[in-house]
Amino acid sequence: MSEPMRIRATLQGDVADVRILMRHPMETGQRKDAQGQIIPVHFIQNVTVTHNGKTVLDAQWSQAVSRDPFLGLRVKGAKAGDKIAVTWTDNKGDKRTDEATVAAAS
Amino acid sequence: MSSVRRWIAAIAVAALPWPLAAQTEPNGLALGRKMLLEDNPGELWIDRGKDLFSQKRGPRNESLERCDFGLGPGKLEGASVRLPRYFADTGHVQDLESRLLTCMVELQGFKREDLAKSALSPALSSGSDIEALAIYVTSRSNGMKMNVTLDHPQEREMYEVGRYLFHRRSGQTDFACVTCHGDADKRIRLQDLVNMTDRKQIQEVVGSWPAYRGSHGVVRTMQWRMYDCFWQMRLPELAYGSDVSIALITYLHRQGNGAVVQVPGFKR
Repeated sequence: MSEPMRIRATLQGDVADVRILMRHPMETGQRKDAQGQIIPVHFIQNVTVTHNGKTVLDAQWSQAVSRDPFLGLRVKGAKAGDKIAVTWTDNKGDKRTDEATVAAAS
Repeated sequence: MSSVRRWIAAIAVAALPWPLAAQTEPNGLALGRKMLLEDNPGELWIDRGKDLFSQKRGPRNESLERCDFGLGPGKLEGASVRLPRYFADTGHVQDLESRLLTCMVELQGFKREDLAKSALSPALSSGSDIEALAIYVTSRSNGMKMNVTLDHPQEREMYEVGRYLFHRRSGQTDFACVTCHGDADKRIRLQDLVNMTDRKQIQEVVGSWPAYRGSHGVVRTMQWRMYDCFWQMRLPELAYGSDVSIALITYLHRQGNGAVVQVPGFKR
Protein backbone atom coordinates (compact mmCIF):
# COMPACT_ATOMS: atom_id res chain seq x y z
CA MET A 1 0.00 0.00 0.00
CA SER A 2 1.44 3.33 -0.96
CA GLU A 3 1.43 6.41 1.19
CA PRO A 4 0.86 9.97 -0.04
CA MET A 5 3.70 12.04 -1.40
CA ARG A 6 4.46 15.47 -0.11
CA ILE A 7 4.67 17.96 -2.96
CA ARG A 8 5.58 21.59 -2.54
CA ALA A 9 5.58 23.97 -5.49
CA THR A 10 6.55 27.58 -4.93
CA LEU A 11 6.81 30.28 -7.55
CA GLN A 12 10.12 32.04 -8.03
CA GLY A 13 9.63 34.57 -10.84
CA ASP A 14 8.07 32.54 -13.65
CA VAL A 15 9.72 29.33 -12.47
CA ALA A 16 8.05 26.94 -10.04
CA ASP A 17 10.41 25.29 -7.60
CA VAL A 18 8.94 21.83 -7.12
CA ARG A 19 10.03 19.59 -4.26
CA ILE A 20 8.67 16.08 -3.93
CA LEU A 21 9.12 13.63 -1.09
CA MET A 22 8.03 10.06 -1.74
CA ARG A 23 7.57 7.17 0.62
CA HIS A 24 9.02 3.98 -0.83
CA PRO A 25 11.28 1.18 0.48
CA MET A 26 13.44 1.21 -2.71
CA GLU A 27 14.82 -2.27 -2.05
CA THR A 28 17.90 -2.96 -4.13
CA GLY A 29 17.45 -6.73 -4.25
CA GLN A 30 20.89 -7.08 -2.65
CA ARG A 31 19.92 -7.01 1.00
CA LYS A 32 19.21 -10.10 3.05
CA ASP A 33 16.72 -10.45 5.88
CA ALA A 34 17.40 -11.99 9.32
CA GLN A 35 16.90 -15.49 7.87
CA GLY A 36 19.49 -14.91 5.16
CA GLN A 37 16.88 -14.70 2.41
CA ILE A 38 17.33 -12.05 -0.24
CA ILE A 39 14.74 -9.30 0.04
CA PRO A 40 13.13 -9.02 -3.40
CA VAL A 41 13.95 -6.01 -5.50
CA HIS A 42 11.29 -3.30 -5.13
CA PHE A 43 11.85 0.16 -6.51
CA ILE A 44 10.23 3.03 -8.35
CA GLN A 45 10.84 2.55 -12.05
CA ASN A 46 9.11 5.48 -13.60
CA VAL A 47 8.32 9.00 -12.44
CA THR A 48 6.33 11.50 -14.43
CA VAL A 49 5.60 15.09 -13.49
CA THR A 50 2.95 17.08 -15.30
CA HIS A 51 2.28 20.80 -15.29
CA ASN A 52 -1.41 21.46 -16.01
CA GLY A 53 -1.59 18.05 -17.67
CA LYS A 54 1.49 18.55 -19.87
CA THR A 55 4.41 16.24 -19.10
CA VAL A 56 7.46 18.19 -17.95
CA LEU A 57 9.50 15.30 -16.60
CA ASP A 58 9.55 11.63 -17.48
CA ALA A 59 12.23 9.76 -15.60
CA GLN A 60 13.36 6.17 -15.37
CA TRP A 61 14.82 5.29 -12.01
CA SER A 62 16.90 2.37 -10.82
CA GLN A 63 17.61 0.69 -7.50
CA ALA A 64 20.38 3.22 -6.98
CA VAL A 65 17.91 5.84 -5.76
CA SER A 66 17.63 5.95 -1.98
CA ARG A 67 14.81 4.88 0.30
CA ASP A 68 12.12 7.58 0.77
CA PRO A 69 13.40 9.50 -2.25
CA PHE A 70 13.42 13.23 -2.75
CA LEU A 71 13.03 14.79 -6.18
CA GLY A 72 13.46 18.47 -6.96
CA LEU A 73 12.82 20.20 -10.26
CA ARG A 74 12.08 23.64 -11.64
CA VAL A 75 9.20 24.20 -14.04
CA LYS A 76 9.44 27.19 -16.37
CA GLY A 77 6.45 29.30 -17.29
CA ALA A 78 4.41 28.36 -14.25
CA LYS A 79 1.80 30.59 -12.64
CA ALA A 80 0.30 30.57 -9.18
CA GLY A 81 -2.63 28.15 -9.04
CA ASP A 82 -1.20 25.83 -11.71
CA LYS A 83 -1.50 22.12 -11.06
CA ILE A 84 1.57 19.96 -10.62
CA ALA A 85 0.85 16.22 -10.64
CA VAL A 86 3.37 13.51 -9.88
CA THR A 87 2.97 9.83 -10.68
CA TRP A 88 5.31 7.01 -9.85
CA THR A 89 5.13 3.38 -10.89
CA ASP A 90 7.24 0.70 -9.25
CA ASN A 91 8.51 -2.63 -10.53
CA LYS A 92 5.63 -4.47 -8.85
CA GLY A 93 3.13 -2.41 -10.79
CA ASP A 94 2.13 -0.33 -7.78
CA LYS A 95 1.23 3.20 -8.77
CA ARG A 96 0.58 6.46 -7.01
CA THR A 97 -0.45 9.93 -8.16
CA ASP A 98 -0.57 13.06 -6.05
CA GLU A 99 -1.26 16.63 -7.00
CA ALA A 100 -0.31 20.05 -5.68
CA THR A 101 -1.06 23.64 -6.58
CA VAL A 102 1.70 26.12 -7.33
CA ALA A 103 1.83 28.64 -4.50
CA ALA A 104 2.77 32.28 -5.05
CA ALA A 105 6.19 33.34 -3.87
CA SER A 106 6.18 33.96 -0.14
CA MET B 1 59.66 1.31 -9.25
CA SER B 2 62.59 3.67 -9.57
CA SER B 3 63.44 5.88 -6.66
CA VAL B 4 62.51 8.98 -8.68
CA ARG B 5 59.07 7.57 -9.42
CA ARG B 6 58.63 6.64 -5.81
CA TRP B 7 59.49 10.20 -4.86
CA ILE B 8 56.92 11.63 -7.23
CA ALA B 9 54.29 9.24 -5.92
CA ALA B 10 55.10 10.19 -2.36
CA ILE B 11 54.83 13.89 -3.15
CA ALA B 12 51.53 13.37 -4.96
CA VAL B 13 50.07 11.44 -2.03
CA ALA B 14 51.32 13.97 0.46
CA ALA B 15 50.11 16.95 -1.54
CA LEU B 16 46.66 15.70 -2.46
CA PRO B 17 44.88 15.63 0.89
CA TRP B 18 45.87 19.15 1.85
CA PRO B 19 43.67 21.29 -0.39
CA LEU B 20 40.90 18.68 -0.22
CA ALA B 21 40.98 18.56 3.54
CA ALA B 22 40.87 22.34 3.75
CA GLN B 23 37.69 22.43 1.68
CA THR B 24 35.71 19.58 3.16
CA GLU B 25 36.70 19.48 6.82
CA PRO B 26 34.87 20.12 9.01
CA ASN B 27 32.29 22.16 7.09
CA GLY B 28 31.60 19.41 4.57
CA LEU B 29 29.86 17.28 7.15
CA ALA B 30 27.80 20.20 8.42
CA LEU B 31 26.89 21.18 4.87
CA GLY B 32 25.88 17.64 3.99
CA ARG B 33 23.67 17.44 7.06
CA LYS B 34 22.07 20.77 6.19
CA MET B 35 21.25 19.54 2.70
CA LEU B 36 19.64 16.43 4.15
CA LEU B 37 17.62 18.58 6.53
CA GLU B 38 15.98 20.64 3.80
CA ASP B 39 13.73 17.91 2.55
CA ASN B 40 13.39 15.61 5.47
CA PRO B 41 11.35 12.43 4.89
CA GLY B 42 10.17 12.89 8.48
CA GLU B 43 7.64 15.33 6.97
CA LEU B 44 5.84 12.29 5.57
CA TRP B 45 5.49 10.90 9.09
CA ILE B 46 3.98 14.18 10.27
CA ASP B 47 1.35 13.93 7.53
CA ARG B 48 0.65 10.34 8.51
CA GLY B 49 0.46 11.21 12.21
CA LYS B 50 -2.01 13.98 11.43
CA ASP B 51 -4.28 11.50 9.65
CA LEU B 52 -3.94 8.92 12.41
CA PHE B 53 -4.76 11.52 15.05
CA SER B 54 -8.15 12.41 13.57
CA GLN B 55 -9.12 8.96 12.28
CA LYS B 56 -11.60 6.88 14.24
CA ARG B 57 -9.58 3.80 15.15
CA GLY B 58 -9.28 0.93 17.59
CA PRO B 59 -11.89 -1.33 19.22
CA ARG B 60 -13.87 1.72 20.38
CA ASN B 61 -13.72 3.41 16.98
CA GLU B 62 -12.58 6.72 18.44
CA SER B 63 -10.16 9.41 17.31
CA LEU B 64 -7.50 10.96 19.53
CA GLU B 65 -9.07 14.40 19.29
CA ARG B 66 -10.11 14.26 22.94
CA CYS B 67 -6.63 13.26 24.12
CA ASP B 68 -5.35 15.68 26.75
CA PHE B 69 -1.64 16.41 26.62
CA GLY B 70 -1.85 18.78 29.57
CA LEU B 71 -3.41 21.85 27.98
CA GLY B 72 -6.91 20.44 27.62
CA PRO B 73 -8.50 17.84 25.32
CA GLY B 74 -7.19 18.06 21.76
CA LYS B 75 -5.02 21.11 22.45
CA LEU B 76 -1.71 20.39 20.75
CA GLU B 77 -0.07 23.79 20.22
CA GLY B 78 2.63 24.12 22.83
CA ALA B 79 1.71 20.84 24.53
CA SER B 80 4.95 18.97 23.90
CA VAL B 81 7.23 21.73 25.23
CA ARG B 82 5.75 21.18 28.70
CA LEU B 83 6.25 17.40 28.68
CA PRO B 84 6.94 15.35 30.73
CA ARG B 85 4.45 16.67 33.28
CA TYR B 86 2.15 15.41 36.01
CA PHE B 87 -1.30 14.27 34.92
CA ALA B 88 -4.00 14.20 37.58
CA ASP B 89 -6.14 11.59 35.80
CA THR B 90 -3.41 8.96 35.83
CA GLY B 91 -1.64 10.26 38.95
CA HIS B 92 1.67 9.94 37.09
CA VAL B 93 4.33 12.05 35.47
CA GLN B 94 4.14 11.16 31.77
CA ASP B 95 6.16 11.98 28.71
CA LEU B 96 4.62 12.44 25.28
CA GLU B 97 4.78 8.80 24.30
CA SER B 98 3.48 7.31 27.55
CA ARG B 99 0.65 9.87 27.38
CA LEU B 100 -0.13 8.70 23.84
CA LEU B 101 -0.26 5.14 25.19
CA THR B 102 -2.75 6.24 27.85
CA CYS B 103 -5.00 7.91 25.28
CA MET B 104 -4.84 5.03 22.82
CA VAL B 105 -5.79 2.63 25.62
CA GLU B 106 -8.41 4.76 27.39
CA LEU B 107 -10.04 6.42 24.38
CA GLN B 108 -9.51 3.97 21.54
CA GLY B 109 -9.47 0.71 23.49
CA PHE B 110 -6.16 -0.63 22.20
CA LYS B 111 -4.27 -3.09 24.39
CA ARG B 112 -1.35 -1.48 26.20
CA GLU B 113 0.95 -4.50 25.75
CA ASP B 114 0.34 -4.62 21.99
CA LEU B 115 1.06 -0.90 21.62
CA ALA B 116 4.21 -1.02 23.73
CA LYS B 117 5.48 -4.04 21.81
CA SER B 118 5.12 -2.40 18.41
CA ALA B 119 5.93 1.18 19.45
CA LEU B 120 9.58 1.09 18.43
CA SER B 121 9.59 -0.14 14.86
CA PRO B 122 12.35 -2.22 13.28
CA ALA B 123 14.84 -0.41 11.06
CA LEU B 124 13.82 -0.12 7.40
CA SER B 125 10.20 -0.91 8.25
CA SER B 126 7.24 1.30 7.50
CA GLY B 127 7.27 2.64 11.07
CA SER B 128 4.79 2.48 13.95
CA ASP B 129 1.64 4.50 14.58
CA ILE B 130 3.05 5.90 17.83
CA GLU B 131 6.16 7.20 16.07
CA ALA B 132 3.99 9.02 13.53
CA LEU B 133 1.66 10.39 16.23
CA ALA B 134 4.57 11.49 18.44
CA ILE B 135 6.23 13.47 15.67
CA TYR B 136 2.92 15.01 14.60
CA VAL B 137 2.07 16.18 18.13
CA THR B 138 5.61 17.53 18.60
CA SER B 139 5.49 19.32 15.24
CA ARG B 140 2.53 21.34 16.52
CA SER B 141 4.97 23.00 18.95
CA ASN B 142 7.50 23.87 16.25
CA GLY B 143 9.14 27.21 16.92
CA MET B 144 8.22 27.18 20.61
CA LYS B 145 10.65 26.90 23.48
CA MET B 146 10.96 23.90 25.78
CA ASN B 147 9.52 24.86 29.13
CA VAL B 148 9.40 21.92 31.55
CA THR B 149 8.36 23.17 34.97
CA LEU B 150 8.78 21.11 38.09
CA ASP B 151 5.94 22.63 40.07
CA HIS B 152 4.33 19.38 41.11
CA PRO B 153 6.23 17.36 43.76
CA GLN B 154 6.07 14.27 41.53
CA GLU B 155 7.64 16.19 38.64
CA ARG B 156 10.43 17.32 40.94
CA GLU B 157 10.90 13.74 42.11
CA MET B 158 11.05 12.40 38.54
CA TYR B 159 13.65 15.03 37.71
CA GLU B 160 15.79 14.07 40.72
CA VAL B 161 15.50 10.36 39.86
CA GLY B 162 16.48 11.17 36.27
CA ARG B 163 19.48 13.14 37.41
CA TYR B 164 20.52 10.27 39.64
CA LEU B 165 20.14 7.71 36.84
CA PHE B 166 22.04 9.94 34.43
CA HIS B 167 25.06 10.02 36.72
CA ARG B 168 24.90 6.54 38.25
CA ARG B 169 27.32 3.94 36.89
CA SER B 170 25.68 0.55 36.48
CA GLY B 171 25.61 -2.70 34.52
CA GLN B 172 28.36 -5.03 33.40
CA THR B 173 30.34 -2.24 31.71
CA ASP B 174 29.98 0.12 34.67
CA PHE B 175 28.64 2.89 32.44
CA ALA B 176 26.64 5.93 33.32
CA CYS B 177 25.04 8.23 30.73
CA VAL B 178 27.52 10.86 31.87
CA THR B 179 30.46 8.56 31.04
CA CYS B 180 29.92 9.31 27.35
CA HIS B 181 27.90 12.51 27.58
CA GLY B 182 29.75 14.50 30.23
CA ASP B 183 32.73 15.98 28.39
CA ALA B 184 33.35 17.99 25.27
CA ASP B 185 34.65 16.46 22.01
CA LYS B 186 34.10 12.81 22.78
CA ARG B 187 33.09 10.38 20.12
CA ILE B 188 32.12 6.78 19.60
CA ARG B 189 33.67 5.45 16.42
CA LEU B 190 33.16 8.43 14.08
CA GLN B 191 30.07 9.81 15.77
CA ASP B 192 30.48 12.93 17.83
CA LEU B 193 28.90 12.50 21.24
CA VAL B 194 26.76 15.22 22.68
CA ASN B 195 27.98 16.78 25.89
CA MET B 196 24.77 16.81 27.89
CA THR B 197 26.28 18.96 30.62
CA ASP B 198 26.57 21.80 28.10
CA ARG B 199 23.36 23.82 27.91
CA LYS B 200 23.62 24.61 24.21
CA GLN B 201 24.38 21.05 23.17
CA ILE B 202 21.57 19.51 25.18
CA GLN B 203 19.18 22.08 23.75
CA GLU B 204 20.06 20.94 20.24
CA VAL B 205 19.12 17.43 21.32
CA VAL B 206 15.80 18.04 23.01
CA GLY B 207 14.60 20.37 20.25
CA SER B 208 15.23 17.92 17.43
CA TRP B 209 13.47 14.70 18.50
CA PRO B 210 11.51 12.87 17.12
CA ALA B 211 13.81 12.70 14.13
CA TYR B 212 14.15 10.86 10.84
CA ARG B 213 17.06 8.49 11.20
CA GLY B 214 18.69 8.14 7.78
CA SER B 215 20.38 4.83 8.41
CA HIS B 216 17.16 3.28 9.78
CA GLY B 217 14.77 4.80 7.26
CA VAL B 218 12.21 5.51 9.99
CA VAL B 219 11.34 8.24 12.45
CA ARG B 220 12.82 7.66 15.90
CA THR B 221 11.49 9.08 19.15
CA MET B 222 12.97 10.07 22.51
CA GLN B 223 11.83 6.76 24.00
CA TRP B 224 13.78 4.98 21.30
CA ARG B 225 16.84 7.12 22.05
CA MET B 226 16.70 6.06 25.72
CA TYR B 227 16.07 2.42 24.75
CA ASP B 228 19.04 2.35 22.40
CA CYS B 229 21.38 4.07 24.86
CA PHE B 230 20.45 1.42 27.43
CA TRP B 231 21.18 -1.28 24.87
CA GLN B 232 24.51 0.30 24.00
CA MET B 233 25.38 0.40 27.70
CA ARG B 234 24.42 -3.30 28.00
CA LEU B 235 21.83 -2.48 30.63
CA PRO B 236 18.61 -4.50 30.96
CA GLU B 237 16.10 -3.78 28.20
CA LEU B 238 14.36 -0.49 28.88
CA ALA B 239 10.59 -1.00 28.95
CA TYR B 240 8.65 1.35 26.67
CA GLY B 241 7.05 4.17 28.65
CA SER B 242 8.53 2.94 31.94
CA ASP B 243 9.16 5.27 34.87
CA VAL B 244 12.91 4.92 34.33
CA SER B 245 12.58 6.23 30.79
CA ILE B 246 10.26 9.04 31.88
CA ALA B 247 12.64 10.04 34.69
CA LEU B 248 15.55 10.34 32.26
CA ILE B 249 13.46 12.27 29.74
CA THR B 250 12.22 14.60 32.48
CA TYR B 251 15.81 15.31 33.49
CA LEU B 252 17.01 15.86 29.91
CA HIS B 253 14.07 17.99 28.82
CA ARG B 254 14.30 20.17 31.90
CA GLN B 255 18.05 20.61 31.33
CA GLY B 256 17.26 21.60 27.76
CA ASN B 257 14.66 24.23 28.71
CA GLY B 258 14.73 27.13 26.30
CA ALA B 259 15.49 24.91 23.31
CA VAL B 260 13.46 25.82 20.23
CA VAL B 261 11.50 22.82 19.00
CA GLN B 262 12.05 22.11 15.31
CA VAL B 263 10.94 18.70 14.10
CA PRO B 264 11.43 16.55 12.14
CA GLY B 265 15.05 16.44 13.13
CA PHE B 266 17.48 14.56 10.96
CA LYS B 267 19.94 12.08 12.41
CA ARG B 268 22.57 10.13 10.55
